[in-house]
Amino acid sequence: MKRNSLGAWLAIVLGVIYFLAPLIATFEFSLRLKRGEYSFEAYRLVFASGDFQASFLYSATVALATILIGVALVVPTAYWVQLRLPKLRGVVEFITLLPLVIPAIVLVFGYIRLYDSSSILPLTGSVFGTNILLTLGYVGLAMPYMYRSVDTGLRAIDVRTLTEAAESQGANWPTILFKVILPNIRSAILSGAFLTFAIVIGEFTFASLLNRPAFGPYLQLIGASRAYEPAALAVMAFAITWACMGLIQLLGRGARGATDTR
Amino acid sequence: MAFLQLSGVQKFYGANAVVKGFDLDVTRGEFVTFLGPSGCGKTTTLRMVAGFETPTAGEIRIDGRDITALRPSKRNIGMVFQAYALFPNMTVADNVGFGLKVAGRTAPEIKSRVDEMLEMIKLPHLRERYPYQLSGGQQQRVSLARALAPSPQILLLDEPLSALDARIRVSLREEIRALQRKLGITTIFVTHDQEEALSMSDRIVVMNDGAIEQIGAPFEIYNQPRTRFVASFIGTLNVFSGVIRDPAAGSVEIENQAVYAARLPKDVKAGETRALALRPESLRIGPASAGRNALAGVIEEVMFLGSVVRVRMRLKQSALLIDTFNDAAAPPPARGEMATVNFAREDLIVIGDR
Repeated sequence: MKRNSLGAWLAIVLGVIYFLAPLIATFEFSLRLKRGEYSFEAYRLVFASGDFQASFLYSATVALATILIGVALVVPTAYWVQLRLPKLRGVVEFITLLPLVIPAIVLVFGYIRLYDSSSILPLTGSVFGTNILLTLGYVGLAMPYMYRSVDTGLRAIDVRTLTEAAESQGANWPTILFKVILPNIRSAILSGAFLTFAIVIGEFTFASLLNRPAFGPYLQLIGASRAYEPAALAVMAFAITWACMGLIQLLGRGARGATDTR
Repeated sequence: MAFLQLSGVQKFYGANAVVKGFDLDVTRGEFVTFLGPSGCGKTTTLRMVAGFETPTAGEIRIDGRDITALRPSKRNIGMVFQAYALFPNMTVADNVGFGLKVAGRTAPEIKSRVDEMLEMIKLPHLRERYPYQLSGGQQQRVSLARALAPSPQILLLDEPLSALDARIRVSLREEIRALQRKLGITTIFVTHDQEEALSMSDRIVVMNDGAIEQIGAPFEIYNQPRTRFVASFIGTLNVFSGVIRDPAAGSVEIENQAVYAARLPKDVKAGETRALALRPESLRIGPASAGRNALAGVIEEVMFLGSVVRVRMRLKQSALLIDTFNDAAAPPPARGEMATVNFAREDLIVIGDR
């Protein structure tokens, strides 16, 4: 018993060291811009940079658009599959998992070939079109996470009975979806939204190959030309991701009571 | 004219018939129960009335209007579900007022009706609570208030008491029946619990394997079961075989002992073997007085159940259960003792089907 307990503690300590040591080292390195003293100078330079602000704002905007399109696409699909087409669940799950199986580089080359200036839909022929293509690409990339979050939320409530209860009260489909279903899977949608945000904010392959000024390519550019700022940016990227995860936990806990039944 | 009319309603899932040729007329204000075992088609029939399932054949009319193809939201039918189905994101008051809000009623109208409904279910103090803060019984009361708030034409109750504990179940079924009588609303109640069906209903529709076995008042269903299934499903029953000797006189032979039945099905013939039934509570231990039947046998088991003593008596092949009230002055017979039981001719049921 005691030996088991010691083993578990050892595993935990090793795990913590494995994850935290590089992070602490990166953080410590990011503070050493000024010789002989620790300072947040690298962070100040990053925040002061116009490129940082522009690329972060661009990625945040694309992330927001990705979330909105993803929610509009996934929520009705997952709801309908759960309610009327449960036999298709396996097929839909397989489709939503495809972006995890197909490498991003393959996907983006496919997009470029399909939507280049000689195609029927020449999205890459203009900046706006490329932005649309990037956003839709991210919707596909985030699909496994968004679908799983929403599907888990829908499974936690009795979708069929709630829908029927609302129908018997005279509610039409938009009312059922917006007043009954959506509020009860709010935390699941937010989980999917934060995961999408975390994916999009640091994504490099799509943005770089579509030549868009996103945060991912900016990180790469800084990493190739500076010493301390990339470390500061890496720590900030971690902080953003952790903040997203923390918000998922927080909102998930807050919403638990609403879906709980005795 | 019937208020709710189901004519030749059928439901198939592929080649599997779930409801077969269902015909029923329900009068306005009547409380009708669909009773039967799991998978007998009772819930599917109810769901077809609600509009959640579409009949494969037949039609459903409310007040003369064909609603077979009408969407559930257009039927003006209130429904209470087994799993309560309260909207978790809404308070009790919001749940009760949901249908009124959907119907576009004004805020003062909604508040007034919600207050009325909450008074009716005796839970006005819980109006701001969420469903997860309520007990099962409270949730089901709120569900009932929500179903009734928009003043539906018909109330459908899909096993609403099944998820509750025994004590709450009894009190809530009395409340539901009292409310139904007060409002005079036509109600269809689905249950597999015969006690609920017998205690609440104006009429019971006993279903088996997708078909109606018998429709009748509780007293009729209990005392005059028309089929072997109804006889065995409702209450405890002694079912055994007997040979019809003289149909005109009602004479029947049970293991070489002659008895008489007050009623025989029209199609019985002399010499035919039929299923017979006797309720345990209709049997008395002791010799028969004039005009009553008697059967002799050996006491096989005596079970003291408190207010009731259940005795099992063996004839030759068949065994009879006899329920008698406990009487301190008249102890039950001992095991192995020879005894006679007597019963009225009216209590001997000759079952219609073979």
